[in-house]
Amino acid sequence: MARNGLLIEYEYCTGCHACEVACKQEHNFSEGMCGIRVDELVTVGPDKVQVDFVPITTRFCDLCVERTLVQEVPACVKHCQASCILYGPVTELVKEMEKRPRSSIFAPK
Amino acid sequence: MAKNKEKVTLSTLWSAGCGSHGGCGCEIYVRDGKVVKVEGDKNHPFNQGRLCPKGLAIPQYMYHPDRVTHPLKRVGQRGEGKWERITWDEALDTIETRLKDIRAKHGAESVIFCQGTGRDIGGPITFLMYAYGSPNWVQVGLAGHACYTPRLGAMFATQGAYSVADCSQFLEKRYDSPEWQPPKYIILWAQNPAAGCHDGFFGHWIIDCMRRGSRLIVIDPRHTWFTSRAEIHLQNRPGTDGAIALGMLNVIINEGIYDKKFVEKWCYGFDELKERVQEYPPEKVEEITWVPADLIRQAARLYAKNKPSAIQWGEPVDAMPAGSVVAQAINQLWAITGNIDNPGGNVIARNSHGVTTYPFSSAELTKLYGEELVKKLNEKRIGANDYPMIKNFRGWVQPDVLIEQMETGKPYKVRGAWIQTSNIIGGQAADPRRHYEAMKKLDFIVCVDLFQNPTSMALADIFLPAATICEKESFRSWWQPLGVSVPAVDGVDEARSDWEINLELAKRLATTPIKYNTVKDLINDRLKDGNTDFEKLKAKGCWEYPPEGHPSRPYYRYERGLLRGDGQPGFDTPTGKVELYSKRYEEWGLDPLPYYEEPKESPVATPDLAKKYPLILTTGRRSPVFFHSEHRMIPWLRELDPDPECEINDKTAAALGVENGQWVYIENRHGKIKMKAKVTPTAHPQVVTAPHGWWLPETDGRAPNLFSTWEYNINNLTTMGNQGKSGFGGTDYRSGLCRVTKIKD
Repeated sequence: MARNGLLIEYEYCTGCHACEVACKQEHNFSEGMCGIRVDELVTVGPDKVQVDFVPITTRFCDLCVERTLVQEVPACVKHCQASCILYGPVTELVKEMEKRPRSSIFAPK
Repeated sequence: MAKNKEKVTLSTLWSAGCGSHGGCGCEIYVRDGKVVKVEGDKNHPFNQGRLCPKGLAIPQYMYHPDRVTHPLKRVGQRGEGKWERITWDEALDTIETRLKDIRAKHGAESVIFCQGTGRDIGGPITFLMYAYGSPNWVQVGLAGHACYTPRLGAMFATQGAYSVADCSQFLEKRYDSPEWQPPKYIILWAQNPAAGCHDGFFGHWIIDCMRRGSRLIVIDPRHTWFTSRAEIHLQNRPGTDGAIALGMLNVIINEGIYDKKFVEKWCYGFDELKERVQEYPPEKVEEITWVPADLIRQAARLYAKNKPSAIQWGEPVDAMPAGSVVAQAINQLWAITGNIDNPGGNVIARNSHGVTTYPFSSAELTKLYGEELVKKLNEKRIGANDYPMIKNFRGWVQPDVLIEQMETGKPYKVRGAWIQTSNIIGGQAADPRRHYEAMKKLDFIVCVDLFQNPTSMALADIFLPAATICEKESFRSWWQPLGVSVPAVDGVDEARSDWEINLELAKRLATTPIKYNTVKDLINDRLKDGNTDFEKLKAKGCWEYPPEGHPSRPYYRYERGLLRGDGQPGFDTPTGKVELYSKRYEEWGLDPLPYYEEPKESPVATPDLAKKYPLILTTGRRSPVFFHSEHRMIPWLRELDPDPECEINDKTAAALGVENGQWVYIENRHGKIKMKAKVTPTAHPQVVTAPHGWWLPETDGRAPNLFSTWEYNINNLTTMGNQGKSGFGGTDYRSGLCRVTKIKD
């Protein structure tokens, strides 16, 4: 079976936290536990202060196996308000990545 | 699998639960009579499957152990926190008796009907208020009514209709609609759209447009995600946005890069405006605003020369010293560039199908309740006689006048308050202590809410438990589409919907009989304007766009005679044109042309005070996981934003000896509160940014603590009585002075 992962186009992540709460709701995670977490990156460039956000999967991410079994996308993918998370086979995501600057792939399993 | 047993209800989110201004389509999953999950509905054009953290946390909100789900009556003193559970019958009987008694002895106007932000509550609360016979509908303490109403009023005066940035939201096929095109530039004016759906606008539509080629010009004192991606960032001094608008008008007019055809054919008063903006050359605007003159020129040129372009604006526009004037000037920018009701510009926004849920204007109130009643009640509406714009544009009380009247009892005493899903003391009110002192003297107060909060704890005699959006029948026409909210479960325990509560009480209190038996009767009656009803909309998946040719559907309606009552082409203004020189402002005794007004307290207006309080305080920084003062008790959300955190520039903090994560006092001559310092280069060295609405539900709710509202609510540093000349706009929510000091261990 193909190995699946998440392509995160962090160019568009606004730090809205929808992925985190979607994950918590889907898995009914208690406090502290989460399958994905968003970090803020503030960098000072020569002409402007840059604010970026990067979602990172944690060891609790199971790629929403119960959802994908019934052809639903993972909860974070569906609810990401910036539509910046894609789910699929890693080999396909790599191709997709060619077109998307400032992106990363997470393959948690 | 357990999933098979789940029943899914489609609905529209708006109000308690997610809390927001809403419009999102959702799927509510129910198992064993309980909501177990809320997801976005991918077939709904508003959010297209997405959902924000507040929507996703609804199950935790609904079944929170602290949620109040039975009627309560106060048995101790106000603020003592002693409550006794009572039945709905007892609660409603008590309210009926007390309110009738007040009306008989003192007149219905002595009871005020108080709501919070713009949600479906605007429908039921006005319904109950008019049934009772009071004209006094108010967002208590919202100084200058500084939340959208000044912008709405300015647009009503200028162009006879409201506009919003066109992100294809008025078309069911959304971004695939052939008649739509993305704005070439979007000016984000004083708003962080990523944090929510301000004024019914799904913030991430901006990101959708960016993906489709829209470029950004951002006006914001902070560096943000959006300024990082903007072609131009105008980093202005808080409170000076009016000067920026006038400077941009100056450039666009003097360089002749406005839409000459549109101005000639559809605008009135261009020469007068041209003359006025000569007072605001970019160099002068630079002095006022801190923004380099050349950047103002560049922004103006990019915006004017790239049609279509759109402006999306935020609440700080209203919170300027003269909010309705700032809004007027910004409206003129999209008017003279012809970016009005064009695809990708500032499209005219009307309630879908012409249905009213939440009356935005006096005209809508009149349509629902009749001219005679509205006119008669207006005579005693608080503030209406002081401010013609308040009297003529919208049915609100003027909140700055209200607080004085509550204190002085003149011209009549306020004796009762019906407070429905509004946290006055811990939320919207400027100078909350003043409101607390004034309101605790009222004879009778009902709070309708879902959780105890500083306001209900301090003031309520009776507490009625309201339902979340997943437990109620409701409807929404705040722009597009027309939608219904379908209850997925009955009210949790004894919770009832605002519509249900208010209809029941209206029947008991009305002086003329109420014609509706059920909430559904009422909703269906209102939906008649759209030739539909609740069940029809429910069967369609809860939403519908108006048919082709309907006046609530874009574009270029001014050409097609769809904006005016007489069916003639043009705009619904006295001259039939977009009024750059506003006849309505003139009629209301206001300057018909825009001007700049300095904040009441600022380094410019009060330099001596600024020596003592050298930093500019701007409040109301939005959190993507909270809605105003709500959600602090929801574990999934609080975990993501655990503390009230103010943003302070790294160099400024270093000079003050403040390190990241340390607790500080923010202080000015009005008050002092605590926040945690987020030390960051994103903050301007002279500006401190603070979130609003902080209280700690985990601490003692009883007076005097009131869930620590006096310690953490930034509004303790803001004031009433700074309203603009129109009554709309003003105060120091966004531009006060302060100092920051480290709290010694």
